[in-house]
Amino acid sequence: MIDIKKEQENNYLLIHVEGEADASSAINLDNIIREAFDESHQNILIDCTNLNYISSAGLGVFMSYIEEISTNSVNFILFGLSEKVMKVFGILGLDQLLTIKKTKEEATALLNGV
Amino acid sequence: MSKSFKLTPKFYKRLSLILAIILWLIVSLLDVLQLLAFKSGVDLEISNEASLLLLNFFYVFVFIFYRLRIKEEESGSFIDLLWRVFATGLIATVISLVFKLFYSSISGTALAENEFLKIVSDDITKGIIAAFLISTFIVWKKLILYQKSKRLVISWNAFEWFVIASIFFNLTGYEIDSSLIFNILYGASAIMAIILSGNLKWVAYLNFKQKWKAILLIILITIYIFYFFAELYVPPAESVAFLNSIDSLFFIVLFTFILFYSVFSLLVILFNLPTSSVFERKMEEAINFQRLSQSIQSGESEDQIFEILLNSSMNAVYADAGWIEVNREGYDSTHYINKNIGRDSINQIKEELFKSKNRTVIKNPLSSSDSNTDRILVTLKKSNFKSVFVVPISVQNSVVGFMYLLNEVAEGFNKEMINIINTFASQASISVENVKLMSEAISNERYKEELDIAKRVQRALLPEKLHSNDKFNIHAFTIAAAEVGGDYYDTFQLKDDKFALVIGDVSGKGTSAAFHMSQMKGIFQSLAQLDLPADEFLVRANRALSECLERTSFITLTFFILDTTSKTMEFARAGHCPTLYFNKSKNEAEYFQNKGLGLGILRNDSFKNFIQVNTLKFDKDDILVLYTDGISEASNEAGDEFGFDRLKTLLEKNSHYDPVMIQKIFISKLYEFCGSRDLDDDYTMVVIKFK
Repeated sequence: MIDIKKEQENNYLLIHVEGEADASSAINLDNIIREAFDESHQNILIDCTNLNYISSAGLGVFMSYIEEISTNSVNFILFGLSEKVMKVFGILGLDQLLTIKKTKEEATALLNGV
Repeated sequence: MSKSFKLTPKFYKRLSLILAIILWLIVSLLDVLQLLAFKSGVDLEISNEASLLLLNFFYVFVFIFYRLRIKEEESGSFIDLLWRVFATGLIATVISLVFKLFYSSISGTALAENEFLKIVSDDITKGIIAAFLISTFIVWKKLILYQKSKRLVISWNAFEWFVIASIFFNLTGYEIDSSLIFNILYGASAIMAIILSGNLKWVAYLNFKQKWKAILLIILITIYIFYFFAELYVPPAESVAFLNSIDSLFFIVLFTFILFYSVFSLLVILFNLPTSSVFERKMEEAINFQRLSQSIQSGESEDQIFEILLNSSMNAVYADAGWIEVNREGYDSTHYINKNIGRDSINQIKEELFKSKNRTVIKNPLSSSDSNTDRILVTLKKSNFKSVFVVPISVQNSVVGFMYLLNEVAEGFNKEMINIINTFASQASISVENVKLMSEAISNERYKEELDIAKRVQRALLPEKLHSNDKFNIHAFTIAAAEVGGDYYDTFQLKDDKFALVIGDVSGKGTSAAFHMSQMKGIFQSLAQLDLPADEFLVRANRALSECLERTSFITLTFFILDTTSKTMEFARAGHCPTLYFNKSKNEAEYFQNKGLGLGILRNDSFKNFIQVNTLKFDKDDILVLYTDGISEASNEAGDEFGFDRLKTLLEKNSHYDPVMIQKIFISKLYEFCGSRDLDDDYTMVVIKFK
């Protein structure tokens, strides 16, 4: 089960991803991110604080936006990943391609060029 | 040549007919002879009793004939039966009238006075009337015994045997005028006839039209009965002594019974005429109900079920118009099924429905809590339709639509009707549910089959035998979860002492995972032959996979090249779980923490910047454990993962075993850790121990 909420905060779009991103729920995640890209948001923050588990299908969703992030110069930042989830990102090597921050403050700081 | 005779009922029927005719001929002949003898004063010494006995047997055979005949026609409807009685009566009447006409045309001539002719014509008439009476008796029997009880059968049998016995009563010589016994027996039989005549259940099964037909036929049959009675009844004064007239108990009982039953039927049918439409409607409801229940078997769709529901409901409650609106899965707009009403009027009425205050809410007896399932009875003022009944249609506990029934009369729906509609609606819901379940079951079955194929494909892609030489032992183990995963391992022998080894995991599950795995196998088998360095292998594999993987798919891989002569291994990791390595000299295990990136994630040349090649020397009793994330991420009920630390400790503790044993220990510890939980991923591991 996954619960995804979207909200506009200051100068960025904040997407909260809660629960488990597995094969069946990855589609929902993809739809939300797709929407954000289609709406041409320049600053997208993904809050993974309550993301308990991510499967390869869930990783596939994030992976599929890597190219778009760089070509459109979108600020796409993940933050609040649990140790377990972070490890999964790390093993696959996605941490080298995606911007991942520990906290929301760090993420917004990066966004604002502090 | 002897023709084999089969004693079929048909044979008996024919035999009884032939015997009856022969007996009748003999009796007629005797009558003529006796008259002749009487005229010429000669005594033929044929007793009156013998002649009577022959006649009685004639009746008996006619009886047997009709009893057998009716058995053959089990399926005849009531009207057919009555029609047959009427037809028999018609033939008998016509024959008897022809004789009368013949006599009146020759009256005054010598021929008219001819007693022989008179006797023959009398005998014919009597025979035919007897046939009519007996056949009618048999038909009445069938009607009485329709829906029989044990008691009814017993009393009927008693009556029938009494009637048969009464055939022979004429041998006693008792006469109706003088004999008390005759009168007592007659009285008793008449009472029985009246009691039995009360059995008229068949009348209820006639529809309105059939009832009118039955009335007509029975009136005509009653007329025959009177006519025949008048025909047979000869005033005692005029009767010739030896001719048997109406004073036979058998005839009188038959006449009485047939007449009683005819009159009773007539009256009952007449009184049942006004209620027959109600009965017919009930039957129709039952049939409609059955149609709704059976619609699943005939493979009808949801729409057809709703259409049957609407039609049946409208018929059942005399609704003037109606419609069903349903929200179907996968459709945005509401689907309408309407009858006798256009879309414009539907919208108009719905508008009025919302405004109207005159509404009665009837709770659904099956679900008391949910107000969505309430039935609503509304009275409208401005519309053509004065009363509306709204029934929710729910499937699998959620309301999918509503049925609206309209009546031009105010308060056009009574409690009875509402009950019927409730039954119809719930039956339709069940049918729709069944249709849904059925199609779900079919698609599930198809999906399962697909998975099965994918599983078999995946299985077939894994090597049966792993390459090795005398410098190392290798053992692989894989177990698939319910779903198809994409765990992959393979080996390739480059030289006598050089081997390529790979372990990988395809993202996603199911058919697509198996499909991507087969692509991976193709890539491994072709690239491995080129004897490339480990990083070059991954770069090329990434390039190839970039062309064929779906947007969200990737493959993790660790690629090894083992050289058993130089005792070195070269490896690179493409986002796969870090390899566990046991170093015998240090007596500890470690993970190879080189950087890497999954294949297909970065689909351009920059991929090579994210991978790293490691080279390592190995020694005797060093152990290489390759595995997939199914093992490291396996979790117990508390949500804890098996994890890297447990794997490491486990290897250190069991490093003295051979690869097979090590694998067995790992897997059994893994199961122990997960407890009763089902596998939710594939577990794959390859263990190599150097010699």
